[in-house]
Amino acid sequence: MSTTLPIANREARPVVAAAPATSEPKRHAATVRVTHWLTTIAFLALLLTGGEIVLSHPRFYWGEIGNVNVKPWLNLHLPSSRDTVPTGYGYVLPDQNGWSRYLHFQAAWLAVGTGLFYLLWGVFSGHFRRNLLPGSSDRSLRRIGASCVEHLRFKRPPAEEAWSYNVLQRLSYLIVIFVLAPLMIWTGLAMSFGFDAAFPLGVRLLGGHQTARSLHFIATILLALFLVVHVVMLFVAGFRSRMKAMITGRADRVAVNAADGGNR
Amino acid sequence: MSKISRRKLITGGIAAVAGVSGIAVAGKLAKAHGLIPPDCSGIYGPGETLTYAAQRILNHRAMAREFSRSEISANPFANEVAPLGDDFARMQAGGFADWKLTVDGMASRPTVFSYPEIMSFPKVSHTTMIGCEEGWTYIAEWTGVPLSYILDRVGAMSQARYVVYRSIQPDWWESVDMNDALHPQTVVATGMNGANLPVPFGGPLRMRLPRQLGYKSVKYLVHLTLTDNMKSFGKGTGGSASDSGYAWYAGI
Repeated sequence: MSTTLPIANREARPVVAAAPATSEPKRHAATVRVTHWLTTIAFLALLLTGGEIVLSHPRFYWGEIGNVNVKPWLNLHLPSSRDTVPTGYGYVLPDQNGWSRYLHFQAAWLAVGTGLFYLLWGVFSGHFRRNLLPGSSDRSLRRIGASCVEHLRFKRPPAEEAWSYNVLQRLSYLIVIFVLAPLMIWTGLAMSFGFDAAFPLGVRLLGGHQTARSLHFIATILLALFLVVHVVMLFVAGFRSRMKAMITGRADRVAVNAADGGNR
Repeated sequence: MSKISRRKLITGGIAAVAGVSGIAVAGKLAKAHGLIPPDCSGIYGPGETLTYAAQRILNHRAMAREFSRSEISANPFANEVAPLGDDFARMQAGGFADWKLTVDGMASRPTVFSYPEIMSFPKVSHTTMIGCEEGWTYIAEWTGVPLSYILDRVGAMSQARYVVYRSIQPDWWESVDMNDALHPQTVVATGMNGANLPVPFGGPLRMRLPRQLGYKSVKYLVHLTLTDNMKSFGKGTGGSASDSGYAWYAGI
């Protein structure tokens, strides 16, 4: 009895092999799903409260020092929650920094804890190697370019993609996990005076307290852009099936059959 | 469909029991080592406790970064304060000769120090950064009497766990644990950039602790109290900032 498996579904192979032929194979491991949604909660809380904290001083500087007497490299020209910042607006927003800072750091603990667990699991389970590292055939600029074109044309992905990540997806996930998230944590910690005292090199290497704050903001913009594209692609690829896969861990039978059919 | 195997159930159960008892043991240990902040209750208590405990373990002996004199901000920003009132203006006119710093609580020799007395005490200087929770920073050279020297003079009792400090401005008070209180860089600041501490920056006396945010560096200091418990102060969270929704520990 041979069940034809979609080629890309390498991770699901052992699960399917052990299960009765009638059961649906797994798309996302439980660890991926739980850490995905915990990270979602933490990230949204961090984004909201981070934006709120920025409103109390919506200007950014390089180096160690920055205040209203220093020329910023970036002035967001937003209304502020403090009247110490001359914004040009005739009003001051209500101060929300107390709960915003409390929630920001609590959500950061959730994000870091979840991230560390995911990182360890990802290394030891082979998740990164199998599901995120682009396959050898995909490791060429031509393939990446072709994938870019497919994405820009908002082409609905082929059915077997319900079982695997395409090369652009893999690269963007790798950048988020191994570049932006660590940069976010590092720059965030570098702004803490307690951390600064314990690990001064962590601030010096970045180029100073205000540089850390600026990089934290830039990384936020990049992560927010990732979130927008991530959600847009969710709709392009099929909201219902992709959500189902990330919640229940199972992909649609239709997708399996289609992938089987296309599996020459 | 998938069944939960007996092995999974047993390992899951053991993990759950280990997790719960692990948290209980960690809580007991943290309490014994003074790693629980006064604002540990409420929905943000877990994050606040984790931050405080983690930073205390990592930085309990760490010194804030010191800068060179050339890095001192030419144009430091003095945060706004509420109007200081007639009494303050009168004392300012008299060169703060009538300014008093009262030290009481768990001290064997509670004392009221005059400003001239404080000025005669041994002083230290450090060129450090001050940062506001809003995000702005500046660097200045701060000169002051180490808080540890004052606590030593009044005979601080070993049971004391916090130093509560108050501004002449009503409802402006904070507290720090003994690790910060006895830290060599924690000073009752009397000077800034080589001159007496200017009034907009907290003169004549300001608490200055460079390992925490600016809101812990209370201006116009008049009163220190040693205590082993924050419950009888305000709402019990350890300061006017934390009583109004800000974190008590401001090392982050």
